[in-house]
Amino acid sequence: MKLPTFPGGIHPPDNKATTAAKAIVACPLPGELIVPMLQHIGAPAECSVTVGQQVAKGEQIGTAVGPVSVAIHAPTSGEVIAIESRPHPVGRPLPAVVIRPDGDERWHEELQENDPDRQSPDELRQLLQQAGIVGLGGATFPTHIKLSPPADRPINALIINGVECEPYLTGDHRLMLEQGATIVDGILILSKILAVDRVILAIEDNKLDAIDTMRKLCADTPIKVQPLPVKYPQGAEKQLIEAITGRQVPSGKLPMDCGAVVQNVGTAAAISVAVRQGRPLVERITTVTGSGVRTPQNLKVAIGTPLAHLIEQCGGLSDDPGKIILGGPMMGNTQMSLEVPVIRGTSGLLVLRHQEISIKKPGPCIRCGQCVKVCPIHLQPTVIALCARLGLVEKADTYNALDCIECGCCTYQCPATLPLVQSIREIKGAIMEHKRKH
Amino acid sequence: MLAAVACLGGIGLVAATALGIAAKKFAVEVDPKEAAILAALPGVNCGACGEPGCSGYARAVAEGRLAPNLCPPGGQQTTEALAAILGIKVTVKEPAVAVVICQGGDDLARQKYHYLGLEDCNAAQKLAGGPKVCPGGCLGLGSCVRACLFGAITITADHLAVIDRDKCTGCEQCLKACPRQVMIMAPKAITTHVLCNSHDKGGEVRKYCQIGCIGCSICKKIAPEAYTVEKFLARVNYTQADDAALAIAKCPMKCIRDIAHPPVS
Repeated sequence: MKLPTFPGGIHPPDNKATTAAKAIVACPLPGELIVPMLQHIGAPAECSVTVGQQVAKGEQIGTAVGPVSVAIHAPTSGEVIAIESRPHPVGRPLPAVVIRPDGDERWHEELQENDPDRQSPDELRQLLQQAGIVGLGGATFPTHIKLSPPADRPINALIINGVECEPYLTGDHRLMLEQGATIVDGILILSKILAVDRVILAIEDNKLDAIDTMRKLCADTPIKVQPLPVKYPQGAEKQLIEAITGRQVPSGKLPMDCGAVVQNVGTAAAISVAVRQGRPLVERITTVTGSGVRTPQNLKVAIGTPLAHLIEQCGGLSDDPGKIILGGPMMGNTQMSLEVPVIRGTSGLLVLRHQEISIKKPGPCIRCGQCVKVCPIHLQPTVIALCARLGLVEKADTYNALDCIECGCCTYQCPATLPLVQSIREIKGAIMEHKRKH
Repeated sequence: MLAAVACLGGIGLVAATALGIAAKKFAVEVDPKEAAILAALPGVNCGACGEPGCSGYARAVAEGRLAPNLCPPGGQQTTEALAAILGIKVTVKEPAVAVVICQGGDDLARQKYHYLGLEDCNAAQKLAGGPKVCPGGCLGLGSCVRACLFGAITITADHLAVIDRDKCTGCEQCLKACPRQVMIMAPKAITTHVLCNSHDKGGEVRKYCQIGCIGCSICKKIAPEAYTVEKFLARVNYTQADDAALAIAKCPMKCIRDIAHPPVS
């Protein structure tokens, strides 16, 4: 049977074998945890502790500011030793609470267990905001917002994203194998909040063991496990919706405009923990991988752990690193310091060696059309990049530059090694500014 | 054959007559002054006057909205020509040129990271504030080169922008293209400048640049009139710059230079 998918896309080497068979290992606590107040899309949380204060694990240390924001919690018990700007994955220092762990791992007393069956959808949404639940696939969009569609946009499909199409990353894969029951429970809570009957768990068919495991666990539930062919970016929200439902999210609109909500498997597991046990999001699975680290593995990491500590836990660097990337190689962010902490969106830490990095000088566009062929949104990356070079802001907008999801397929494919995504990102910024002014 | 010639000729005749009448009837009256001004302008459409191009400026001058001394590429000659057309007296602006106030090339200034992306300073600046540790240093990716209509800017092998003072007309387009304000306008007659754009404290500057201003104020002690030091950065006071050259030899960081007469190395 032909598996459903989306048009375009690429097949980069997936490099998942190094960590896919290794069980998740709990990472010991570092000497200090750096917990940034901005770990999600939206307004940064407001710090609610003072220097010298003792905090318990799961105690709120940052309060949500406004609707599009979530609370931040202490990842372990200990003392707040500083509240200051520290290196952040975005590349500049941002306000963070620095905690020195006391080693007790003492949970906050006020955390309560809840029964999702006794709570209304609104109560559950509020609970998720308070527990700091965000999309753990990497985008870190506050989950309670995604679960609050306006009344005029009915949701009829809940898609759970277990695709993990980024090369190298295996955190979601391991999570499905080891904590499948928690994921299923989280999915059922999600379907209750949204009141949908059609629930699909999508998994790429390079994870056959995960498909088997999840099929068994979902046997008596309305959840349907749907294998998808291996192709990047199969796990991107809009591409996943197209593959599963056959619907395209209209240009400039949101998934809810075509009746779909997508949530990552990691988010589902975090939701189950947050609701059943009352424990907020204070740790996540991060894949530490690449030929630049001695023993790549999947770690269960407390939020705020510096990258240097992760690398130490994985046997250190094997060589002088050429590039250190947070997330996967396609959409991850390159880092320039190992003092940067793991935040809620840190799905992976990839260390590449010098010889693995392409430093070819970009050549002229030869109009081969490869970028157009692989673009999952049906854009013309080369034309938009040309508009960017010539500063044709309005023209680029007519080519729908704003619909670019920055998946990197065009840059990956370009035989002239042009930095197409960066050009498009530039012109997207210019278009947004132009729209604000006019 | 004959029919075709007659037919096309006829169409041509009718069209020509119609166009002739239309040209007379819908003729736009142009102020003869405006036409004369436009002819006197250099016609480079650089936008330095604030108008989109030379014709816009010509109209603005003819209507009296803008002064006739706002065309830097034209300089003294154009200003005088415009003044003659308008029949007024105008003070000629002192010619100014752009100066790149940074000497921290790849060999002297530290980099935060190795940048491999788009050859564009504005794009690089968005990635963690640019690859240079110094917040004000020249990134050397050539956004100013592309903005310059006169080919007056080049980039050295160490990734620093260099201005050809003879070609620079002072149109200020490079200032608009630079994301770090590493170019300033200065009177062409003055050649001594403090070539640094970092307002960080001296200790900070020393960490990332071997040739940056540390705000030690030695220059100000030598020539109090000619220098001002603000937020740990010295600047030549261009209205009283007579003694500025005295401090060149004394600057401990070697960031005061006579850019018209570079030291023999």
